[in-house]
Amino acid sequence: MIPYRGQWKIVSVGLLSIALGLIGPIPATAQDEEKPYVIKDGVVDWYTFSGFRRYHAECHVCHGPDGLGGSFAPALVESLKTLAYDDFLEVVVNGREKIGASVQSKMPAFGENLNVMCFVDDLYAYLKARSDGALGRGRPKKQPKPQEAKERDDACMG
Amino acid sequence: MRGSLRTSCLVAAALLVPLSASANEGLLVMQENPAEWVMPTGNYANHRYSKLAQINTGNAGQLQVAWTFSTGVLRGHEGGPLIIGDTMYVHAPFPNTVYALDLNNDATIKWKYEPKQDPDTIPVMCCDTVNRGPAYGDGKIFLYQADTTLVALDANTGKVLWKAVNGDPKVGATGTSAPMVVKDKVIVGISGGEFGVRGHLTAYDINTGKQVWRGYSMGPDSDTLMDPKKTTHLGKAVGKDSGTNTWEGDQWKIGGGTTWGWYSYDPELDLIYYGSGNPSTWNPAQRPGDNRWSMAIWARNPDTGMTKWVYQMTPHDEWDYDGINEMILADIPVKGKTRKALVHFDRNGFGYTLDRETGELLVAEKFDPAVNWATHVDMKTGRPQVVSQYSTDQNGEDVNSTGICPAALGSKDQQPAAFSPRTGLFYVPTNHVCMDYEPFRVSYTAGQPYVGATLSMYPAPGGKHMGNFIAWDASKGAIVWSNPELFSVWSGALATAGDVVFYGTLEGYLKAVDASTGRELYSFKTPSGIIGNVTTYMHRGQQYIAVLSGVGGWAGIGLAAGLTEPQAGLGAVGGYAALSNYTALGGQLTVFKLPD
Repeated sequence: MIPYRGQWKIVSVGLLSIALGLIGPIPATAQDEEKPYVIKDGVVDWYTFSGFRRYHAECHVCHGPDGLGGSFAPALVESLKTLAYDDFLEVVVNGREKIGASVQSKMPAFGENLNVMCFVDDLYAYLKARSDGALGRGRPKKQPKPQEAKERDDACMG
Repeated sequence: MRGSLRTSCLVAAALLVPLSASANEGLLVMQENPAEWVMPTGNYANHRYSKLAQINTGNAGQLQVAWTFSTGVLRGHEGGPLIIGDTMYVHAPFPNTVYALDLNNDATIKWKYEPKQDPDTIPVMCCDTVNRGPAYGDGKIFLYQADTTLVALDANTGKVLWKAVNGDPKVGATGTSAPMVVKDKVIVGISGGEFGVRGHLTAYDINTGKQVWRGYSMGPDSDTLMDPKKTTHLGKAVGKDSGTNTWEGDQWKIGGGTTWGWYSYDPELDLIYYGSGNPSTWNPAQRPGDNRWSMAIWARNPDTGMTKWVYQMTPHDEWDYDGINEMILADIPVKGKTRKALVHFDRNGFGYTLDRETGELLVAEKFDPAVNWATHVDMKTGRPQVVSQYSTDQNGEDVNSTGICPAALGSKDQQPAAFSPRTGLFYVPTNHVCMDYEPFRVSYTAGQPYVGATLSMYPAPGGKHMGNFIAWDASKGAIVWSNPELFSVWSGALATAGDVVFYGTLEGYLKAVDASTGRELYSFKTPSGIIGNVTTYMHRGQQYIAVLSGVGGWAGIGLAAGLTEPQAGLGAVGGYAALSNYTALGGQLTVFKLPD
């Protein structure tokens, strides 16, 4: 059985890039932390589209459609204005918990979830584009999937 | 406790044998008393109908709030209170608090039970931390917690009598459904279809909490509790291992088919009925075949769990059309002949009428004209005739199929319909929402979401509204009247002998309408959106209407931030107001009555 959670909790942020190397390479798009997306004439690069797609499978039930927030979890279009890439990664990998009388908020640790971790930089790119106001709501028009993305996905998803 | 006073030494021996039947008979008698509301579904037949007629079409307009009660919890409040004698039992979403309120004493709290549960359970609940309420039987309240613990409480004191664990939240198995007590057993289901949980229905002994049987939705015959020769699908024997032979490899082990809806029971036929949910994952390309027996209606023996018949409504699901909605048992005329019918309004948008004794398919018609994914159901094979354009399987992985109606929410979700024997009509809360659906490859990790599709939802073409509250003729399979609602109607209906039908709306309105025409008689805005089910009872000669407010659930999540603008060409008009402009979180019971 695959170990349930906790595995990443002993991994410090400094080691994350090494640890992530175990399940997949970090795509070049993530290198540009400030502007990790390309949008030309309203058409987004494949990675940003991939982020949109994975977000609406893995994240939106709590964080709301288009990163707008839900009653469960904050609006990431706001959070990403201040949350740096390393901190974003830390929360996605390890999760976060706020439990109180009126708040029962529990972000799960996605560190072992390939459907999230293989696309974590895509998610970051999409949400950054949203929080920068560079990308509106809904499904964006996309560039075709490049061969390197196909190879990346196959290598990472196994 | 029922019966305990008269259980002397002498009669104890005589009671030993029929003891198992006594709890059942207790509920069979109690469900006939309209002063009480003894099970979440109103009665075993899931009618959600009350013989009370004090509130009628002439005076419903004068209803007023009698009293209110806060549950102290803010999440989505599904289900509704039970009324046993002079006590009302009110439940809340996670952490699943239960209050016993003394109706003789201004609803003061007789006892409160709040289980301690691991917060890790919260993120593995797909669609809010809802709970559809406890069940009553044999002097006990049975609470099915989010962490899948089934706990028996003394109905008088709230004392824990026993606990049983029905699943493992660490693999995404959770509890949201209301149990049902049948004879000497408590029947519970399981949630977690979005986590690859293999669904099952399980029976526990009401006295000890010992597991008696478990029937899975898929797997070998020993797991599904099917007899290859005797268990039938549309009159034909299912054959050996029908629960694995329409799957590729071991996918059935994480195959979904969870059982989180409502259960009904026919004491004469001695069968329990329920539905199974979507196959896992939402990406159909990863699970070729019919994926039996996800998406099916089941008839099982309550003592052994053996399956008498099964009917798969949506083979090889490509849209997340869970089959878990309630099965309403009614003896109604169909094509000139009175049938022991089972009526079911499926997520897939078809209203089914079956013979509940044999599982024969009698009627299958769309209960929302927007439904487009299939043209019709072939009455011989029982298979929906899928329209290629809307087939996410035929269109393939990484292709966005657009304009599919209904959306994954279904034309109706779990919010139960009501049946009035007086009008012969079914009153159905419905969704009027369509979607785009793009499936893609996912990998399975235990306890992590296993979805594999991205969706966007929007109102059905041609209108601004996302819900309808309809009256349905199940004999013909036709809509009699339909009231449009701005948002999906996510509240369980109540029909009464006063010919008034009640339901709640996502904006928070409790509405009373004329059962014959749908004409609105009364409307009151409660503090939060209603996804609870309306209940009625009589206390000291006065009829009351009770409903939980507390927006949330799937509808609350999906709609909280507003739906996206529809894609061009779908014909719907833009400018949909967000639900958050109408209501906010809050957990409150509101009780209504006529003026003194």
